[in-house]
Amino acid sequence: MTASQTTSEAPAVQDEALEVGGHTLTSRLIVGTGKYATNEVMVDAIRASGADMVTVAVRRVDLDRTKEEGVLHHLDPKEFFLLANTAGCYTAEDAVRYARLARAAGFNEFVKLEVIGDETTLLPDVQATVDAAKTLSDEGFKVMAYTNDDLVTALRLEDAGCVAVMPLASPIGSGLGVVNPYFIREIKRRLEVPVIVDAGVGTASDACVTMEQGVDGVLMNTAIAAADDPVRMAHAMRSAVWAGRSAYLAGRMPSREIAVPSSPTAGMLD
Amino acid sequence: MNTTEMIEIRLNGKPHDLAAGQSVRELLESLDLHPGMVVVELNREILERDRYDEFTIGEGDTVELVHFVGGG
Repeated sequence: MTASQTTSEAPAVQDEALEVGGHTLTSRLIVGTGKYATNEVMVDAIRASGADMVTVAVRRVDLDRTKEEGVLHHLDPKEFFLLANTAGCYTAEDAVRYARLARAAGFNEFVKLEVIGDETTLLPDVQATVDAAKTLSDEGFKVMAYTNDDLVTALRLEDAGCVAVMPLASPIGSGLGVVNPYFIREIKRRLEVPVIVDAGVGTASDACVTMEQGVDGVLMNTAIAAADDPVRMAHAMRSAVWAGRSAYLAGRMPSREIAVPSSPTAGMLD
Repeated sequence: MNTTEMIEIRLNGKPHDLAAGQSVRELLESLDLHPGMVVVELNREILERDRYDEFTIGEGDTVELVHFVGGG
């Protein structure tokens, strides 16, 4: 359907651009390219999201199937900044191998480092993540590290040379939203490199709440790809990220468990 | 007609037969793969794209051909 664009445009807000590892992003929303029903919907949804950085995975070419399954047949690397991930890796060695393969594709030095430690929750193996981050940073990679919402690990990753630290809101693909906003805020307060919340956002309000914590950006995939209407959800996420960021910059009122009237108490009739 | 010597390699985790003496570039051509769309790992070593001609595939070699797919 061709809907009016008026409801999908985010209001203008004064904000500085997000810079990660020397690269300037025009959007604080980073999106994945997985799980879409069709490549056409994927491209439409990514455009609707306004994201300029998109994640991709490194996998074997399936020689028994069409060669068109490669995402570069559908996504123009001149239009989007490709952030390759090491998704699916369970050891630091594997993650380093995948990162090197990704870099050999010749687009950039960035990698979304992901070392999984548990198959059920897909929670990260933080020790292996720190080890891989050190190795890759020493090799000149610009590492954006997926991690849990643990402050000490986040500090270790920053020390390891990561250009961004990306704590989860909740487990990958869970759609549970930010389960621990306090620790997300604490990580943001303590780190100097950008903090981008990665994984767990389920719907627009989650993205908004995430950005209200003051983080620099948010990365999501399933919340858009698995929506009934991914293009519409991408619009919603774009607006929500803007709204949350604006609310953070605006500075919210104190919350208190007591009512305070908004209208004058004086001047009431007898 | 020459009888071409055949060799067996491991290609993306599966046995694969090909003529002896082929370069990596020739292998990609035989698979109808554009060199710019894949990354090649030969016996765990990543090959630079402009050197695919220089590497000849030998009996028992392990070749991995990878590319970017959708992911989060």
